[in-house]
Amino acid sequence: MGPLHRAEAEAYLQRFVDKDVYLHLETTNGAYAGNNPSGSMAVCAYIRNGRVRFERGSVTGFGPYRVGLKMDQGWIYAEGLTDWEVDDEGRLLFAGHDGDGKLAISLELSFQPFEV
Amino acid sequence: MVNRVLVVLPHPDDETFGCGGTIAKWTKSGAEVVYMCGTLGQMGRNMGKPFFATRESLPHVRAQELADACKVLGIQDVRKMGLRDKTIEFEDPAKVAEQIQSVIREFRPQILLTHYPGYGVHPDHDALGFAAVLAVKGLGAAERPEIYAHAITHNRLQTLGAPDIEVDIADVVQTKIDAVKAHRSQSEGMMKRLADGSESDEAVRKRMEQNFKKEVFWYYNPDHLPDTLWLS
Repeated sequence: MGPLHRAEAEAYLQRFVDKDVYLHLETTNGAYAGNNPSGSMAVCAYIRNGRVRFERGSVTGFGPYRVGLKMDQGWIYAEGLTDWEVDDEGRLLFAGHDGDGKLAISLELSFQPFEV
Repeated sequence: MVNRVLVVLPHPDDETFGCGGTIAKWTKSGAEVVYMCGTLGQMGRNMGKPFFATRESLPHVRAQELADACKVLGIQDVRKMGLRDKTIEFEDPAKVAEQIQSVIREFRPQILLTHYPGYGVHPDHDALGFAAVLAVKGLGAAERPEIYAHAITHNRLQTLGAPDIEVDIADVVQTKIDAVKAHRSQSEGMMKRLADGSESDEAVRKRMEQNFKKEVFWYYNPDHLPDTLWLS
């Protein structure tokens, strides 16, 4: 995984358009985020192997980047993406890492279900 | 004499916070204002203070607030564009521009007010500003309204220079405050912090105070619009 290249990533993303694909989408600020005096709270959400189909996909921003996938009846959205990779299985992996290199968000697409 | 103004902004309250005083001055002097509002601000995080809206009720709440604020500002004609909050940058800009162009052709505004592409901070501001300028760019010289671009980024004065237009809104400040209050779900928390002096961010407080004194805009030459908002 390395620094996200907007145009290259957007070009690769087009392979997944108008096909049934599996989605992993996750955001988290860490399980310990609520354990501090400032009163902030731990927040996390993820969907693993959501089966989706989208008609338009774009990567935007100047870094960190955003991805938007337009579906027939809805949207998939991720903000704060810094890195990307196409893995050995051709899956498209995006992630956003904070200053400490910790994962804050990830969005991944695959034609086969992700391992559970 | 300004007779017809088209306002193109993405969120209910954008017409009030950044340019409500200017719009009120136009309508009070008899100008007709059409407002193309891109979204219903469906993804907003402000839910009122104490919160009274839910993620599902928020668009309905904001649609009513929009109607109320527009009444205060004297905007007679609100056109909801039907886009979704936080997604305008992922739409095809040419299609969004087409929608705006058809209203320009019908309404023939002298001025089009929108966000300055690249200086909007919120991606929806940049994307809709881009589409609005693109719409004007596609018109012949005689059909083109003058573009008043609203810039928000902190670097705006350094990179754009002094604003081309400065509007003193002292005479309509109460109208602007009433419009801000009409956007209750979005403004309640902020107005409370300003009133009781608990706004801890000095920059935010200064900005808000300035906002009730004058509003500033830059002209945008549509021929200078880049091909995309993004680097290759």
